[in-house]
Parts: sequence; structure tokens; C-alpha cells
Amino acid sequence: MDISATLTIAGKEFRDRIRNRWVLAVALVFTVFALVIAYFGGAQQGAVGFRSVEFTIASLVSLVIYLIPLIALVLGFDAIVGERERGSLELLLSLPITRFELLLGKYLGLASALALSTIVGFGLVAAVMATETGADALPAYLLFTLSSVLLGMAFLSIAVMLSVFAADRTRASGLAIAVWFFFVLIFDLLLLGALVVTGGSYGGDIFPWLLLLNPADVFRVLNIFSLEEVRNLHGLATVFPEAIAETWALTLVMLAWIAAPLAVATWSFRK
Amino acid sequence: MENTTPAPAEPTEVANAMIAVESVERHFGSIRAVDGVDLEIRRGELFGLIGHNGAGKSTLFKMMLGLLPVSAGHIRIDGEDIHAGNFREVRRRIGYLPENVVLYDNLTGLETLRFIAKLKNCSREECVAALETVGLSHAANRRVREYSKGMRQRLGFAQSLLGKPQLLFLDEPTNGLDPEAIRAFYATLRGLRDSGVTVVLTSHILSEIQERVDRLAIMAAGKIQALGTVQSLRERVDLPLRVEVRTEAALGGALTAILGSFGITPRPVEAATDRLVFDCPRQLKMKLFGAVAGLGEGVADVSIFEPSLEDVFFGFAD
Repeated sequence: MDISATLTIAGKEFRDRIRNRWVLAVALVFTVFALVIAYFGGAQQGAVGFRSVEFTIASLVSLVIYLIPLIALVLGFDAIVGERERGSLELLLSLPITRFELLLGKYLGLASALALSTIVGFGLVAAVMATETGADALPAYLLFTLSSVLLGMAFLSIAVMLSVFAADRTRASGLAIAVWFFFVLIFDLLLLGALVVTGGSYGGDIFPWLLLLNPADVFRVLNIFSLEEVRNLHGLATVFPEAIAETWALTLVMLAWIAAPLAVATWSFRK
Repeated sequence: MENTTPAPAEPTEVANAMIAVESVERHFGSIRAVDGVDLEIRRGELFGLIGHNGAGKSTLFKMMLGLLPVSAGHIRIDGEDIHAGNFREVRRRIGYLPENVVLYDNLTGLETLRFIAKLKNCSREECVAALETVGLSHAANRRVREYSKGMRQRLGFAQSLLGKPQLLFLDEPTNGLDPEAIRAFYATLRGLRDSGVTVVLTSHILSEIQERVDRLAIMAAGKIQALGTVQSLRERVDLPLRVEVRTEAALGGALTAILGSFGITPRPVEAATDRLVFDCPRQLKMKLFGAVAGLGEGVADVSIFEPSLEDVFFGFAD
């Protein structure tokens, strides 16, 4: 494998997003949303202002689950099919690089842009909160930020895979939206519906394991179990098996969600 | 256009082949896009590949570039399989200009070349030189989105020159170029060919390439229907020559009678009593001219026109 070729492609993708202010725009979105949620998150309880980091994380998890998968899918859906439509894919493939190097370079460049936006966006909020509420819980916030990056990378990996499979950009965008609906809105409803229909008599034991089939749920669980106070806020601590409630185990699952779609994309792209 | 260059003999074996295509097939389901093609393109040759849409030339082009695998047969570039383990070395020797390529709007011309150059392990100086070769030095630092269609095409050509390729594949390379740029483009190609570079190009503008390629292949239905120099193909397809004779008006009847004795009927020419235009079978040419010369000084001029490449193309492709 030629690392320099991969990095060249990654560097171009990353610079493109810096130059067209994509990184800046997304970082601003994250900052504004996170600040609003951190400050007004307690309004329902009749109070505003910065509260504990745990409370802020619990509020932000819901936002991130909706927002980051959408941004990642929008970012990556035309990574390959866009090049194909422009006619530049043939040119790139005629160069002395492999299809895997091209795909990985594309992915790494886009993932770097997404990670930078996420870290900058949530990092600014962390700085504000550290001055307001102290820095004790910052490690937990750091974990939240890093898991947000992993969530973005997982959905970006799915987007790149769709981009390889799709015949054109229109279909790729349609598939990306369908994937977002499925994982963010429908998946949990299906699981819940199955439990309700069976009265909980079937599948109750495997229910927590089925959550691992959805990167958005893995992210949710990862953050719920990171802090005692957050666990209590969600009230799920007792139903989740300890075997998969470990941060490292959930992180591995998230990494698998990054690697698997990329592997499928590479397999298909090589054909 | 007049062309009386004798056709060079077609060698049966080419020892010095840059590209060797051996019994290559490419199937898409039940469709045979390329159906048993054998072709050798010589080192330092300017080679044209022409055919109708769907004739299989783009598929063959992509297989020669290694973008599509073959269903059967072999393709060797400079003696090496394009799909083999050392494909990087093979590809470093290749330059490619895809048809209708849209490069990156947000990059400048120079940045675009720098990006390609990094992937080909070329220097910045080469990028500057390539821009100069295609006449884009003045626009090196302008974003590609500000380029006209012709400038984009020239930039595409410039990137294909990076890495000093031994083999150039150019798909419809003159799309969007004005006549002056087309002339400059072919002058550059001739220079490259003279320095030993092999050039394979496709074009729909047959009149443009008929006097510029060394040899060409006509593809139809996935097969190569004809291969050779333009002149050798003209002779093989046996199309008549078009002849125009200018005479004194009084000799028109005598000339018509001579043509009639050869079984030739002249075409009507509007408002011209001193001019006859007719198709002359190639094998009758010398006998007919001998008879026409017998009319003496009353014959003011004789012009002979070879069939165009378009005529030849339709002769083979249809």
C-alpha cells in the first residue's frame, strides 16, 4: 500500500472542506447548538444557565444522535459517485494508485474534516463550561466528544459505502436519507414495537444486544454508561448487560461500525 | 482533400509493440461489447480508434488502461500485463485524458496539476512546464471554475502529460477546442510522437484526424473492422475518387462522351458550363486521364479528391 498516495487524496479532501468553509460552518452549528442546550437545557425544570457537565452531556446526546449522522451522511454520500459523475474517477483510477488507496484517502480526508468540526464545535463549549462549572468533569466531556467523532466516522463510513454502490448522486442522496431515517428514527421503534407486541416474552434478553446493530444506539449507550449521573438520568442502567456496558467494548463495536462498511465498500469498488 | 501518398505496406508482425491486445473480449451479461479483438500499436505511433457510439471503442480503451478487466484474452503495455503486480510502474508510463472530464472547480489550474503530480511522483516544475505546453501559464493561479470549456480541456491534456508518459490515451481530446487550439494540440502530439511517445486517441471528428494519425482502427459491433493507414483503408474499401475537370465550354460535350465510354455519368453542377464533376473508379483512373489528356489544351485543370475518412468509415462500419 502506498501511504503517500492515500495521504495526498486525504489532504485534498480535507483542504477542500476547509477552503469551502464546510468545517467552519459545521463547527459553528455544533457550537451554537451545544451552547444553547447547555444553557437552556434546564428550562423545563424552570432554571436556565450552565449546569453540571453530566446534565449537559445527557442533553447533548439526543442532539448528537440526530445531527451528526445526518451531517456525516451528507458529507460522504457523493464521495465516489460524485467523482464518477464528473468523469474524474476514471482519471484517478488510471493513476498509479489502487482503488483501496483512493477509497481510504477519500474517507480519511472527509473523516478528518468531520472530526475537526466536531472537536472544535464541542471544544469551544467545553472551554465555556470549564470556566463556569469547573474542570472536574471535563474527562467525561472529552469522552463524549470523542464518541461523537466515532459516531460521525461510522455514519461517514456508511455514506462512503452507499457512494460506491449508488449509480448516481440522486440515488446516493436518497439512500443516505433512508439510512438516516432507519437508524435514527425507525430502528428503536421497531425494537420497541417487537417487545410490546410479544409482551416482552420473546427477545427480551437479546434486546440490548440488538442495540449494537445501530451505531446511534451504541453511541447512546456509550455515553449513558460513562457517568453515574447520566445513567440515572436515563434510568437504563439496570436493563443493560454489564458485558457490553464497558466503554472499551462499546468503543470496539463503534470501530467495527467504521471498519465494516468501509470493507464492504472496498470489496464492491474493487469489483 | 487531395492525398496521393502511397499506402505503406501493413506489416504482419510488429516486434516493437507498445500495446499488444490479444484475443480480448469483454462481456456485459449476454452483450459482447468487445468481441475477440487483436491489435498491436507500435511504439512512437499516433494511433486513432474510431467507431459508432456503442461500437466498443470506449470499452477497449478502458481495458487498455486497466480500468476494466478483460473477460478473455490479454492486454500488455510495453510487454507487461496492465493488471499485474507491478501495475504502478506500468501506470506511471501512462497519461490519460478522459472524455468530458470535469476537474476540480475549487482548485486552481496549478493546484490541480500538483494534486495529480503528487500521485504520479512528479515535481512542481513539471506542472509549470505542462501548463506552458498547453498555453495555460497565464491562468495557472485561476480557479478552474473560471476556465472556459477549451481551457478545461487543455488543463486535462496538461495533466495527461505529467510524468513524461511513454503512452498517452486521449479520449475525444479536442472537444471544446477552437481551431487554433486544435492545431496547437496536434503540433504538440506530433512533437511527442517524434520523441517516441505512443499516442492512442479517439475522435468523432473524422476530418480532423484523417491526415494526422499514422494508423487507425475502425470498430463496429465489438470487432475491429479495419486497421491500417488512412490511405490503405481507402484503397481497401475501394471507394471511387471524386474528379473535377475544368475545360473550355465548347469541350463539355466531348468530355461527357469520353466519360460515357467509361460508363461514367457526370454529376450535374449548377451554373457551371465549363466544369464536370464525376466519380471515377480507382482502377480506371489512369486510362481515363489519358483519354482526357487527348482533349489537349482545352482542359484547363483536373482535381482529384480521395474519399474522406468519413466515407471510408461508413464503408467499413456499415
